[in-house]
Amino acid sequence: MPKVSLTVNGKPASAEVENRTLLVELLREHLRLTGTHVGCDTSQCGACVVHVNGASVKSCTMLAVQCEGAEVVTIEGLAAPDGTLHPMQEAFREYHALQCGFCTPGMVMSAIDLVQRNPQGLSDREIREGLEGNLCRCTGYHNIVRAIAAAQQVMHGKVKELPRAAE
Amino acid sequence: MGFEGIGASVRRREDLRFVSGRGTYTDDINRPGQLYAVILRSPHAHARIRGIDTAAAKAAPGVAAVFTGDEMAADGVGGLPCGWQVKNKDGTPMAEPPHPVLAVGKVRHVGDPVAVVIAETRSRARDAAELISVDYEVLPAVPTLEAAQKPGAPLVHDGVAGNICYDWHLGDKDAVDAAFAKAHKVARLELVNNRLIPNAMEPRAAVGEFDPMSGEYTLYTTSQNPHVIRLLMGAFVLHIPEHKLRVVAPDVGGGFGSKIYHYAEEAIVTWAAGKLKRPVKWTADRAESFMSDAHGRDHVTVAEMALDRDGRFLALRVRTQANMGAYLSTFAPCVPTYLYATLLAGVYTTPAIYAEVKAVFTNSVPVDAYRGAGRPEATFLLERLVDICALEMGMDRVEIRRRNFIPASAFPYQTPVALQYDSGDYTATLDACLKAADWAGFEARRAEAKRRGKLRGIGISTYIEACGIAPSAVVGSLGARAGLYEVANIRVNPTGSITVFTGTHSHGQGHETTFAQLIADQFGVPMSQVEIVHGDTARIPFGMGTYGSRSIAVGGSAMVKAAEKIIAKGKRIAAHLLEASADDIEFKDGKFQVAGTDRAKTLAEVSLAAYVPHNYPIEELEPGLEETAFYDPKNFTYPGGCHICEVEIDPDTGVVEVVNFTAVDDVGRVINPMIVEGQIQGGVAQGIGQALLETCVYDADGQLLSGSMMDYTMPRADDLPNITVGTAITLCTHNPLGVKGCGEVGAIGSPPAVIGAVVDALKDYGVRHLDMPATPHRLWQIINANRPRMAAE
Repeated sequence: MPKVSLTVNGKPASAEVENRTLLVELLREHLRLTGTHVGCDTSQCGACVVHVNGASVKSCTMLAVQCEGAEVVTIEGLAAPDGTLHPMQEAFREYHALQCGFCTPGMVMSAIDLVQRNPQGLSDREIREGLEGNLCRCTGYHNIVRAIAAAQQVMHGKVKELPRAAE
Repeated sequence: MGFEGIGASVRRREDLRFVSGRGTYTDDINRPGQLYAVILRSPHAHARIRGIDTAAAKAAPGVAAVFTGDEMAADGVGGLPCGWQVKNKDGTPMAEPPHPVLAVGKVRHVGDPVAVVIAETRSRARDAAELISVDYEVLPAVPTLEAAQKPGAPLVHDGVAGNICYDWHLGDKDAVDAAFAKAHKVARLELVNNRLIPNAMEPRAAVGEFDPMSGEYTLYTTSQNPHVIRLLMGAFVLHIPEHKLRVVAPDVGGGFGSKIYHYAEEAIVTWAAGKLKRPVKWTADRAESFMSDAHGRDHVTVAEMALDRDGRFLALRVRTQANMGAYLSTFAPCVPTYLYATLLAGVYTTPAIYAEVKAVFTNSVPVDAYRGAGRPEATFLLERLVDICALEMGMDRVEIRRRNFIPASAFPYQTPVALQYDSGDYTATLDACLKAADWAGFEARRAEAKRRGKLRGIGISTYIEACGIAPSAVVGSLGARAGLYEVANIRVNPTGSITVFTGTHSHGQGHETTFAQLIADQFGVPMSQVEIVHGDTARIPFGMGTYGSRSIAVGGSAMVKAAEKIIAKGKRIAAHLLEASADDIEFKDGKFQVAGTDRAKTLAEVSLAAYVPHNYPIEELEPGLEETAFYDPKNFTYPGGCHICEVEIDPDTGVVEVVNFTAVDDVGRVINPMIVEGQIQGGVAQGIGQALLETCVYDADGQLLSGSMMDYTMPRADDLPNITVGTAITLCTHNPLGVKGCGEVGAIGSPPAVIGAVVDALKDYGVRHLDMPATPHRLWQIINANRPRMAAE
């Protein structure tokens, strides 16, 4: 079986995998990083989104062996070592942008990439279009859009602290 | 510490683990030595199994075992039980054919499980499943209501004549016939309530485990009600007594009803773990979810309303056919009957109602409760029919509703279809919603849209639902085979922190937060002192789980009852410590105080005395401070309200954009407004999904055409609007908190508002009604077919 070596959340990792093993299987089954979820089998739902070399990728759509030497970041790798959450994680919590939490890891990883790719800032409509690849069945997206709109202000340095949601 | 009691939008305590990727969903659980199960499913909608050859699969690398339905049945494994028996018009029981965990003799829908392969890895199991050879004799299939009821149609179950599960009715036929005979006008509507596939984001999964030393089984499963699964699977399927069976429902990624039921895979992994003496895990891929999770809705209905000269409703007559699918799922029979026809009064004073419901077996996935369950079907029918009534009478849609509302002064209100509503104010929610949605300003917006070449429409729905499920004796008399109370165990720990064990289950609802707020409020302690435990039969005394918007109304009420017991005992302990009479002790702000004095003991002091009973009324009281309450509700709760939807249609493409959606709901007392708003927004999103996007499609052979997320249109962020939510509450009168429930109102109230808006936008095209979903293709056809006429006018 081929061996794949990569960096996951800043730490070196390697595993023997089958040729057909998907990146998400490598993460979940071999490395036991179960924060990345599998919600479908047709690359529609986005629950499995991680960052590979800085870009968001549906990890159900990439083979593990394609990740040789890659830098992979998963939801578990976002918070600072002292536990401080990434502004996007904090915003999801503050704006009640999750209910069951199953789509949340992929949603957060997609949203971070979306914001990073758009330093000019995104309108609510653009955020909705940017979430095309991620499904949520609980929230109706209303609060996800609000969370991303708030988080982008912090990520772009427009404000120092995350704006609080209205009571 | 900010205000965190009842009424505060406290941020959810479960979120830290979910945003950090540290939730524990069933597929995240891995047990030492675990094997993986893959289910071989039928590719045919209807076929006789002439033989199954598993030899090659058994010999494949890494395979531990292959089992078929015959082998499981031979080992004494029972069929999946149905939890509700509906009776026919003549009083005879419904047809209740067997539902084997793995098919025996015949397969009856695409996805019917045929065999299970258990191997060292999931891919090994999947490879081996492909080596199983099943000799099928394909039979003609009847996947739809229409096909299954044709004369001479093939039978899904050999013993079930005409494929009829039951033929049931409710109401006063004679009174209805008499009212129709003298009606000024009759409004008639034929409609379809489209079949939906729930698609919680987490696919179902199950891990079975057996400890040969203790003889104890453990099942981890994606369930909304672990105690119900333990009861059904233990008693009926695997014959494992409760004390040897633990069911854990850990973090669950959405349910919406689809994770209430006891499914075959739960029994298969538990049984196989016992046979193989190793843990066995099964996880559905999404394709399996589509063809094995219970579906929702699927009604065909004819409805007629008799009206007097003033537009008052005199009588309602409803004839519905409901698709049960190939087998009876756990609660399927009650959905199109007691959760549907009992709601047909809606918010109106209609004095006579008669409903007939025929439930039909078909070669399709079993149908059961999906968010709202019966109540969305009733609401869609009624609210669409009311719009047709307005049309027939030449009346305004709002005015005809107002004229027929049950007035706020009429509660408690007995409907002609069994329910007694306890409270509500439909004019208040209507007025608040009309104002919030700027109904009065709509025509200006329609004109403005027209200048942009868009067809704009507005729709309204005023609805009620019955939830807080349910009074046990009432549902028992209607055929339920279970009680529907709820259980709370409150343990005040020796140093005064509080652990609450609830039989409800949170799979997105935020119970760990809402219930902690409730308990903090009851005991006057900070939320940080309260822990909510749910989802494990080994830790929680008992419970019926979460569905039917019951958790706060039934589960929360159980907590209040248990808290009252704790406080009553605490008063006696405090009286002893303070050398006062228990009658003189008041409990307030976390303290037991001698009335009118400053002498008091904190909850922690009382608790410590209870666990270290050195100075304690030991002759009269047991040590410890822990109480359990079983709360059986006195009635259903009746949330209601008004939803208004505004759409714009592009006449060139038929694409509908929901431009505004406003909901004003009466959900009773609100514990956490942020969570309530989120529940309603999520429900509305599913309602808009049903109205515009989602539908399950079978072809004539029973193949599931909408069998993936590429084929079944799930609402995405850019399909949905911002959803404005308001509340205008009246309190429930029969539970201690005055709560009603908020989980389903969004999905119940919204579909007719959306379709009403689409119909309104197309009113110049001769459209009177549209079935769901109103897809671009259908709307474009309507618009295009009418273009010449429109141009000529």
